[in-house]
Amino acid sequence: MLFTSYEFLAFLAIVLALYYILPKKTQWAVLLAASYAFYALSGIEYLAFIAVTTITSFAAARLMGRVSDGEKRYLEGRGEELSKEEKKAYKAKKKKRRFLILCLALALNFGILAVLKYTAFAVVNVNSLLHTFGAETTLTVPSLILPLGISFYTFQTMGYLIDVYWAKAEAQKNIFKLALFTSFFPQLIQGPISRFSDLAPQLFGEHKFERKNVTYGLQRILWGYFKKLVIADRVLIAVNAAAESPENFGGVYVFLLIILYSVQIYADFTGGIDITIGIAEAMGIRLAENFNRPFSSRSTKEYWNRWHITMGSWFNDYVFNPVSVCRPMLAISKKSRKWFGKKVGKRIPVYLATVITWFLTGLWHGAGWNFIVWGLLNALVIIVSQELEPLYSRFRKRFPRLCASWGYGAFASIRTFLLMGLIRSLDVYRNVPLTFKMWGSIFTKFNLPELLSGGISALGLGLADYIIIVCGCIIMFAVSSLGKERSVRDRLYNRPVLSWCLCGALFVAVILFGAYSVGYDASQFIYNQF
Amino acid sequence: MKKRILITLAAILVICLLLAFLQTLVIPKYADDKTKEGSLVSEYYAEAGGHDVLFVGDCEIYESFVPAVLWEKYGISSYVRGSPQQLVWQSYYLLEEMLEYETPNAVVFNVFSLKYGEPQSEPYNRMTLDGMRWSSSKIDAINASMTDEESFIEYVFPILRFHSRITQLTSQDFKYAFGSPKVSHSGYLMQTGVDPQTDFSKGRTELDYEISDNAWKYLDMMRALCEENGIELILVKAPTNTMKYWWHDEYEEQISEYAEENRLSYYNFIPLAGEIGIDWSTDTYDKGAHLNVYGAEKLTEYFGRILSEDFGIEDRRTDASLSEAWDVRLESYYKERNG
Amino acid sequence: MDKLLAILNELHEDVDFTAETALIDDGILDSLDIVSIVTEVYSEFDVRIPPEEIVPENFNSAQALWELISRLDEA
Repeated sequence: MLFTSYEFLAFLAIVLALYYILPKKTQWAVLLAASYAFYALSGIEYLAFIAVTTITSFAAARLMGRVSDGEKRYLEGRGEELSKEEKKAYKAKKKKRRFLILCLALALNFGILAVLKYTAFAVVNVNSLLHTFGAETTLTVPSLILPLGISFYTFQTMGYLIDVYWAKAEAQKNIFKLALFTSFFPQLIQGPISRFSDLAPQLFGEHKFERKNVTYGLQRILWGYFKKLVIADRVLIAVNAAAESPENFGGVYVFLLIILYSVQIYADFTGGIDITIGIAEAMGIRLAENFNRPFSSRSTKEYWNRWHITMGSWFNDYVFNPVSVCRPMLAISKKSRKWFGKKVGKRIPVYLATVITWFLTGLWHGAGWNFIVWGLLNALVIIVSQELEPLYSRFRKRFPRLCASWGYGAFASIRTFLLMGLIRSLDVYRNVPLTFKMWGSIFTKFNLPELLSGGISALGLGLADYIIIVCGCIIMFAVSSLGKERSVRDRLYNRPVLSWCLCGALFVAVILFGAYSVGYDASQFIYNQF
Repeated sequence: MKKRILITLAAILVICLLLAFLQTLVIPKYADDKTKEGSLVSEYYAEAGGHDVLFVGDCEIYESFVPAVLWEKYGISSYVRGSPQQLVWQSYYLLEEMLEYETPNAVVFNVFSLKYGEPQSEPYNRMTLDGMRWSSSKIDAINASMTDEESFIEYVFPILRFHSRITQLTSQDFKYAFGSPKVSHSGYLMQTGVDPQTDFSKGRTELDYEISDNAWKYLDMMRALCEENGIELILVKAPTNTMKYWWHDEYEEQISEYAEENRLSYYNFIPLAGEIGIDWSTDTYDKGAHLNVYGAEKLTEYFGRILSEDFGIEDRRTDASLSEAWDVRLESYYKERNG
Repeated sequence: MDKLLAILNELHEDVDFTAETALIDDGILDSLDIVSIVTEVYSEFDVRIPPEEIVPENFNSAQALWELISRLDEA
């Protein structure tokens, strides 16, 4: 069930009504039932997978919790008798036991994700390897189902397990409550990836109907639909056209595509997240923000602190940090210092962890070389800019006025926007050599006149569409800029007339200009005589 | 608080009115020569009631039978409720709806559409269904007709379906926002052009000639509905037969057999074209796919004799009020026919 | 403590680490800096800061970091 379907809107209306009509004590149960209904409607066969993740995580967390409780009781009871060393040894033993439980659960759940998501990719690569070495055999590529949102719910739930292991979260004692945390329907498809300690108390708490929450939530949902339907789904037509026949759309079209795809993915992803956060907000639940004006970033590092924030922080907390401070890495660090000197040696573990993290981030996005190369290029950009940092620093010191100016900031933002867009275009072509070739064509044949003399309409969008897209982008930019200091909804809250005018206009715009329904492709609606 | 509620209600009202107005703009007007057929179904309500014969079916029905001629020659009051690619379940529900307004002596159904057992095309669905007024028949018709990509709510609020026309509005959309001009003569859509049929080759073989259970189901329902209301159900096949819309012998066998089993009258006019006097060089406007007005008049005259002689449909020209209504219709008919 | 300040100053010369109390919240230290600090601390003090201790509260000021190191050293 897509957010942009009539069924989903009806489903949402029913869930919201039940949520506030039924006794507050049952609110979490309403959400659980709704989440499982949502999941079942998307594919009943998927339920087994999310159930396995829920059950194994529940069991593992409870076991770890029991080990910790036992440890606490033992130390409290006999703490006096033990020496410091004995205590340490006892704690280490218990920690090892918890670590074992954690590893088993992680292996199982990431294993499911890996098998379902990456087997086909792995087999294809093994086949091409075999061919390279002249082997005749070809393994059949299996076609496995990929349960909806598996990457998101697996990550969110594994984060919970690691938190329990680190004693940052208590093991949940009610399996149904954990099931809700794993499956909370607004964020099931595309995140944000929430932390147990943030989300769980809100999910299981009672929320009374508050006009402000519901108003804010509905406004945000509407805003999300505007971005998704009016802008993203319209731009998508051109992006698909350019991606499907790259041979016709080289040079300046690639440049245009980079911009269009940036607009499309921004409007689609942030719009979807707006809908998700808006739904939760209407229920009195505050989810973590996933975006913070990403296209205003002046550097790649800043961009990744502003774009898909919850995924970035997940990888930071659960991959980058543990990897970079694990014992083998510290050992490498010590050795590299000895061999390369302090200055270089210091960086090796950091960069190694960066590369590993980005490799996994790329892989998480999808099973394909384009995603892996995408991740590694991000790592490369981050490392290079880190290396250039002293240079920048000197530049800033020499020209402080220039660097503080508005123009320089705009330049840095546009540079980051284009760089990220360029790397992101790997995602459009889904083919690494082709993408590189298309990048090359930007410089070899920049056929701007062709574009201006009508070639732009070859991408399947008419003049009206481009006008709508440009207006939509201006509105997005305006709303985002206005919201920098104080959110637009706060500004509107005590001005009901203005608020209704704007929301009404937005609603009519979604109905009228949204790229939805069979009707969208107007050329379909040409009758022939019958 | 009170003020806030008032503002909310006023705002919702304004938004609804605005959307309603926009909806009237974007709904296709079906007024130009290419899409006129879309207006046919809605034109019935202006003439509903008092008919002796009702016709239902696809284009072969609304391009072949001329109610004006039936009245002028035989005093038979009739209406043609055809629409492009009208599928059998749509014919059924249109008939069911009409029976709420009147009970005729006979119903004539053109059998060509029986070859389709499943929903076919979204645009044609809209042309047939959008013109119906809301009733349980319309709801059932929509549910029976929707293709996978369609949603019921888009029939309730057509703006959801047609909104993208907002960037392609023409002067017609404003001119006819609150009502389109009449396009038919009691459901007959007049074509005065002549484009002779020169190609008489047979249609290509099809994969499957079996008329589906779903199509039979609705024909059965139509038969039962007529029986209940004491109406004679007459099956016909228009005389046109071109390569593209070929009436295969296999279809003919199945229909004949069905008619025989259920004691229905069935007239296949294809082999009778010569006897009727149809000349394929002058009586078609599109190379033989459909009759033009000259061909339709000949066929109607022929069929009118069957209706009055074999089925005993009475001459009602002595009915003063009916005559008055038909005089107006005849006048407009001849005005268009003779330019 | 002086050794720790030396480590920090090497990363960012222009920051007064004795005064700052929101190193993470204000974005002065990023994740790459934190990892550098952890490795430095390990090689200088032989104290391993485990990943679960990498939270803003422990890195917001030099004082907090010093307390963390002392606590880990004891345990």
